[in-house]
Amino acid sequence: MSTRIGVITFPGTLDDVDASRAVRYAGAEPVALWHGDHDLLAVDAVVVPGGFSYGDYLRAGAIASLAPIMREVVEGAAKGLPVLGICNGFQILCEAGLLPGALTRNEKLHFVCRDQKLRVENAETAWTSGFTRGEEILVPVKNAEGRFVAAPDTLTALEAEGRVVFRYVGGNPNGSAADIAGVTSENGRVVGLMPHPEHAVDLLTGPSEQGLGLFSSVLGTLAGAPAA
Amino acid sequence: MARVVVDVMPKPEILDVQGQAVSRALTRIGVSGIEVRQGKHFELEVDDSVDDETLHRIAGDLLANPVIEDWTVTRV
Repeated sequence: MSTRIGVITFPGTLDDVDASRAVRYAGAEPVALWHGDHDLLAVDAVVVPGGFSYGDYLRAGAIASLAPIMREVVEGAAKGLPVLGICNGFQILCEAGLLPGALTRNEKLHFVCRDQKLRVENAETAWTSGFTRGEEILVPVKNAEGRFVAAPDTLTALEAEGRVVFRYVGGNPNGSAADIAGVTSENGRVVGLMPHPEHAVDLLTGPSEQGLGLFSSVLGTLAGAPAA
Repeated sequence: MARVVVDVMPKPEILDVQGQAVSRALTRIGVSGIEVRQGKHFELEVDDSVDDETLHRIAGDLLANPVIEDWTVTRV
């Protein structure tokens, strides 16, 4: 039976189709999850994709973090369910308390949309185990609120514990603290990043196929772990 | 029913790029010497049964993000 990876759709989600395609390219079965449901449909992992859930009202990700499906995701994450948040999904995971810090307006206020080089800083998370530490990947970044901030002691702890997963290389697009593009939870099962690996899985539409590595990594992680 | 105001502001150490942009725009209408920080103002119509503890909880749990924002709760 193939691995089933849930992809959540909120009102205003944009990248659920690309995320589902990336899941399929990696060899898993994408399972559509609906924001208003209290059911993860027994998936093996969850992707919270990008977009503008609830129109970014209040704060990006704030309303979505309280959606019924997110209560299930938070409960699942507590039991080790691998969760990947991309862009707005990263913002949602921070608002839900699954990841530390917050994402704020880009330093120059511009919506930045470009291909961005990232360095993999931690190749031991559920979503990066197929990479090697120090490897560089090229994926699109597209956001207006991608500037990662956290309290100084939180930043120190993230660095000390190796919980910075991706760092911007060749220019910080938004003024993120310490060039941080993505972070992980204490147990390495939850990962969030602002750039879009799901847009870099096919040379027809993306700058590389290196984004696929996150999705194939979680398959490897799940295959190597005893069933929950 | 009571009226409650919740004001939410970016923490002093958080770079407020929107406030900076407003400050710069002020110079374009000929006003200098003003620095703006931009926040949010919520007006709540609150049932008398809602206590202060609940008000502070909703402010800290939803209206503001404690990682980046401070807030005040005022009954008016």
